[in-house]
Amino acid sequence: MYLYNVTLQRGGNVQAAIYGSFSGPKVHEIVVSRTKVLELLRPDANGKLQVIASTEVFGKIRSLCPFRLPGSNRDHIVVGSDSGRIVILTFDGKTRRFKKVHQETYGKTGCRRIVPGQYLAYDPKGRAVMIGALEKQKLVYVLNRDSAANLTISSPLEAHKSRNIVFSIVGLDCGFENPIFGAIEMDYGEAEQDPTGEAAKQARKHLTYYELDLGLNHVVRKWSEPCDNGANMLIAVPGGSEGPGGVLICAENYVIYKHQNHKEVKAPIPRRADLPQSRGVLLVSYAAHKQKSMFFFLVQSEYGDLYKVTLDCERETVKDLKIRYFDTIPVCTSICVLKSGFLFAGSECGDHALYQFLGIGDDENEAVASASQAMATENGLQPVEFSPRPLKNLLLIDAIESLSPVCDMKVANLFEEETKQMYTLTGKGPWSTMKILRPGQTVAEMAVSPLPGSPNGVWTIKENKSQEFDSFILVSFKNASLVLSVGESVEEVTDSGFQTTSATLDVKLMADDSILQVVPTGLRHILGDGRVNEWRCPGRKQITSVSCNERQVVAALTGYELVYFELDETGQLLESEKKDMAGEISSVCIAPIPAGKLRSKFLAIGGYDATIRVLSLDPHDCLSPLAVQAVAAVPSSMLFINISTSDFDEDTKSLYLQAGLANGILLRTEIDSVTGQLSDTRTRFLGTRPPKLVGLRIMGKESMMALSSRPWVGYTKEGRFTLTPISYEGLSHATHFSSEQCPEAIVGVAQTSLRILVIEHLGDVFNSSACGLKYTPRTMAVNEEQKVIAVGEADCGVVPNQFTTAMAPKENGDAMDTGEDDGENEPSEEKVQFGSVRGNPEQWASCIEVIDATSLSVSSQLELEGNYAVTCMAWVRFEGQEADILAVATALDIKLQPRGCSGGEIRLYTFKDKEKGLELLHSTSVRGIVRAMKPFQGRLLVGVGNALTLYELGKKQLLKKSENRKFPNFIVTIDTAGDRIYCGDAQESVHFCRYRWEDNLIHIYADDTIPRYMTASAVLDYNTVLGGDKFGNIFVCRLPKDVSKEVEDDPTGGRAMDNSSSALHSAPHKLESVCSFHLGDTVTAIQRTTMQPGGKEIVLYMTILGEIGALVPLTSKEDVDFFSHLEMHLRQDNQPLCGRDHLSYRSSYNPVRNVIDGGFCEQYSQISKELQSRIAEELDRSPGEVMKKLEDMRNKIL
Amino acid sequence: MATTASDRLLVSSQLEHLQAKYVGTGHPDLHRYDWLSNIQRDTYASMVGHHNMMTYVSLCENESIGRTRYKLLEKMFLPCGNPPEREED
Repeated sequence: MYLYNVTLQRGGNVQAAIYGSFSGPKVHEIVVSRTKVLELLRPDANGKLQVIASTEVFGKIRSLCPFRLPGSNRDHIVVGSDSGRIVILTFDGKTRRFKKVHQETYGKTGCRRIVPGQYLAYDPKGRAVMIGALEKQKLVYVLNRDSAANLTISSPLEAHKSRNIVFSIVGLDCGFENPIFGAIEMDYGEAEQDPTGEAAKQARKHLTYYELDLGLNHVVRKWSEPCDNGANMLIAVPGGSEGPGGVLICAENYVIYKHQNHKEVKAPIPRRADLPQSRGVLLVSYAAHKQKSMFFFLVQSEYGDLYKVTLDCERETVKDLKIRYFDTIPVCTSICVLKSGFLFAGSECGDHALYQFLGIGDDENEAVASASQAMATENGLQPVEFSPRPLKNLLLIDAIESLSPVCDMKVANLFEEETKQMYTLTGKGPWSTMKILRPGQTVAEMAVSPLPGSPNGVWTIKENKSQEFDSFILVSFKNASLVLSVGESVEEVTDSGFQTTSATLDVKLMADDSILQVVPTGLRHILGDGRVNEWRCPGRKQITSVSCNERQVVAALTGYELVYFELDETGQLLESEKKDMAGEISSVCIAPIPAGKLRSKFLAIGGYDATIRVLSLDPHDCLSPLAVQAVAAVPSSMLFINISTSDFDEDTKSLYLQAGLANGILLRTEIDSVTGQLSDTRTRFLGTRPPKLVGLRIMGKESMMALSSRPWVGYTKEGRFTLTPISYEGLSHATHFSSEQCPEAIVGVAQTSLRILVIEHLGDVFNSSACGLKYTPRTMAVNEEQKVIAVGEADCGVVPNQFTTAMAPKENGDAMDTGEDDGENEPSEEKVQFGSVRGNPEQWASCIEVIDATSLSVSSQLELEGNYAVTCMAWVRFEGQEADILAVATALDIKLQPRGCSGGEIRLYTFKDKEKGLELLHSTSVRGIVRAMKPFQGRLLVGVGNALTLYELGKKQLLKKSENRKFPNFIVTIDTAGDRIYCGDAQESVHFCRYRWEDNLIHIYADDTIPRYMTASAVLDYNTVLGGDKFGNIFVCRLPKDVSKEVEDDPTGGRAMDNSSSALHSAPHKLESVCSFHLGDTVTAIQRTTMQPGGKEIVLYMTILGEIGALVPLTSKEDVDFFSHLEMHLRQDNQPLCGRDHLSYRSSYNPVRNVIDGGFCEQYSQISKELQSRIAEELDRSPGEVMKKLEDMRNKIL
Repeated sequence: MATTASDRLLVSSQLEHLQAKYVGTGHPDLHRYDWLSNIQRDTYASMVGHHNMMTYVSLCENESIGRTRYKLLEKMFLPCGNPPEREED
């Protein structure tokens, strides 16, 4: 079995973010590491963050730092990754690509303890960088420039110290003296030798300075002094002429200023009033801001509070250190202060945000702690308390959606739409949501207005070319046309010069600012001064189809006649050629006029004989045929479109002919710009209606819409033409529309109303709608019959949300709440901003919410009491029951390390309808934590710790029917097929079991040879299971054919053998590993499904960092050959950006096997043309064919 | 093959070199405590290095990623507690 792995949507998390000017001088840009992807973001004039470039690096980025050579005005990017190499990149603003400048190997690959890559620090004066490991190794690279101003890199200088754990490193600002790097280190050497524990008690963290002696070219350990034992982060303080130098040590509860030959200045961090005493305040991210006259630091605590840290200095002495509460935003992994007055916040969970500074937090009334006024008590300095408040200094400008972290996902079709929806649990704490993802482009509906009938066309038109916005919307009906003028409001006008007593076939603003209206009986040329020149069809003929550009018009008349007009120099539209065709014409289309030319050379004609003909419009051989293509069905609509093969270079355009056929297929054919020959045809099925094609401009680029049973948008992305469905109801007609409010909108007709739509976030594959949740969602169960989704939520260490309902029935120990407090369902805005209220670490807050899919609101909510937490849930149809029952597994006093609880319960709830909500049937106690449940033959399979139990429904509780306790650790996944049960263990991979009805026994007959820490699984067929593990691998295990047969035939079901080998604690048979692939991200949900109506079955997965991917089975040997060779060539010639070898990355844990990395293959479209053709030649294909294959694979999925 | 004293010396010096260069390289007399500490430090280091693991753990514990990283680094100090009494060899 071979699988083809494609990423449908890249992970949304931000692992690190840096700020600088990367593409050119004085631009404000942010480079973001999304662990596997490097991205460059730039806020546009309106403050919206634009993704300028995004590259998958096929490795793990662990640290980033900007780097600027002295005297330069652009920043380089230094990347620390798992490649064992330091990589320095620049960003090319023209090509919009990251370029590798240097790549120096220093160690082994992988995220290892002593291989540098975790920490990066740079000398603020741009002379050196230090790259460090978690323990022992630190390397310093001296950077310089050569005579041609290129960046040079030295060989590494070592600053190692054994048995030293490093918490943070930073480059000190010490002007133009020798560069110094500071590190927080802790030496475990002595503590590890002292059995009395005395040394461990006395061990202190040290702040150590490493000086790079530029003259002698070596690094010396210059100074080391003990510091606070809670230290976790270092911040460099501006030095030289701009400040005192030295560092700020962020420690638990304190910020300390420290420097060589300077006494410590220590201030307590203000803490929230409701924080339990046992909890400290740890700072997790920071940003520094420096202006000529002042500098300050913004630091963020683990609870999301931002503080402004300032220093009072007198020359080089720091007199005081102040920490003032600034604002509260969601917890971030990285924050950046932009010099343009923005704050970029890369959130740990949920959406990332761009804030504008409204103030710099100088309000004297805010909670402030200072070193000089801190009161010393027995437990250290007395902290200042405050309560978080709504934003005051920051204003949210833009947000980037992120799904990270994803806990679970199910694919279902609750809405009975053409494609299935993905129900996703995302977020953490009060930032949790249940999101419904639909493949398709998001559009925002700006306006809807009813029309007096069913239109057969809509156009927008400007009054003259110099106008920026459209002035009229013309809607055509069967025998009338409606002209609307666009101004403050949209109103009907009658004096526009348009003929309104008949239908309209086309409207166009010509090159000389005259307007052409095509009606069935002829052409109306409305001149600038209001005069109208008419051309009438000869005899009783009528125009059936028409197409025009700014200078040329072609009309197909009844009776196989084709008439061609051209606008001459005097502004007259003259008939210049006429031709009788051999058959009836279904559609015509004129190519757009190339820039700087007077006319376009091509005309395409679709005939009812299912052909597309290209005719010449050259005056020498006007209307003579150039090319002919036979197609599968009648072309009902055609469009010429210029597609540029790269994002950035508008010159590399080529002309394509798109044709929508009567059978719902869209054809795309490249047309030679000289000869008009057609080549390289691609097809795509769009829907049940013949697609109607409309040209558009989106973000200034030529794009198109295809209106079939649902609308599609086609545009260029990363050098590829992409077609995505629009998540909106079917449109019968549409055209572009630009007005002051929305310069790039679409006006469309759906049934009998006019819609104005705007495409949002072009390029997002999925659009989402969300329902807020109370706590971190852990588990979900979708009920397709009732169209509800039950979500189990639990958070540890927080105070449960106050329960405000009057009095709920208490007889079951649970407070039942049936939706009286609808206002409470949506987490309040404050809660979302401030995060949850911390309790003691053993405390759990948990609830069950039932979400009504259609209204996307919580229809019933049930808070668990008594420190119970939901661990797992499933809808079960027990034997003899008429409705599904919700089984909810709960556990009491869960402890995480080591895993344990003081008891559990499986509660059964009935859910009759949305009004009644959940009603408790009964509960059954179980011994441990239940992590997996599955309905099985009218009963319920439950994984309790290392036991698999089969329960039957009883009157008072569940009745235990059968049990197997031979699982190694902890059952986390259960799948079933027939009599077979596939259990995933938390550490020991998949176990194949069988339930034998005759003797009522479950027994394990096969297991895996490799320990895998399972997180998710799906059954592919009776003998095959696909799973994902905690370390980011996916794998396929298969039961060998002969074993499968043997087990089926064996009257004991293989049980006889089971006993013989029980001494080895393993099953008698072993599974074969069929596929193996390192994804680099923990898979949390897998499902086998189809996402296209009538499409192929694929495997969809989601990872914790929010990546959505698909595995497509490759069915032919030829495809396997082709893709593996393409992959091989790319591995050789297109090495990943951050220096990790592709093959070794995909084999990080287990050697990659039978899985082709589609994402990597798709980089083919981004490599140079020469390389493309060289690789294509090796594969005996043309580059076009290679691209087509790649595109076809992707089109099979969505 | 007869091993001479100088060979043995060479082997042991090579081993020493390896042990100095690569933290965690074992030797025949390795104590269970050292081995375990080493394994656990490696594990924690790997978790800190992989952002997906950090997200996974912090989601589970309901802590921020920064706090989780800090906790793991602190654990690397003495992952198996104080060392046992050792017999002098």
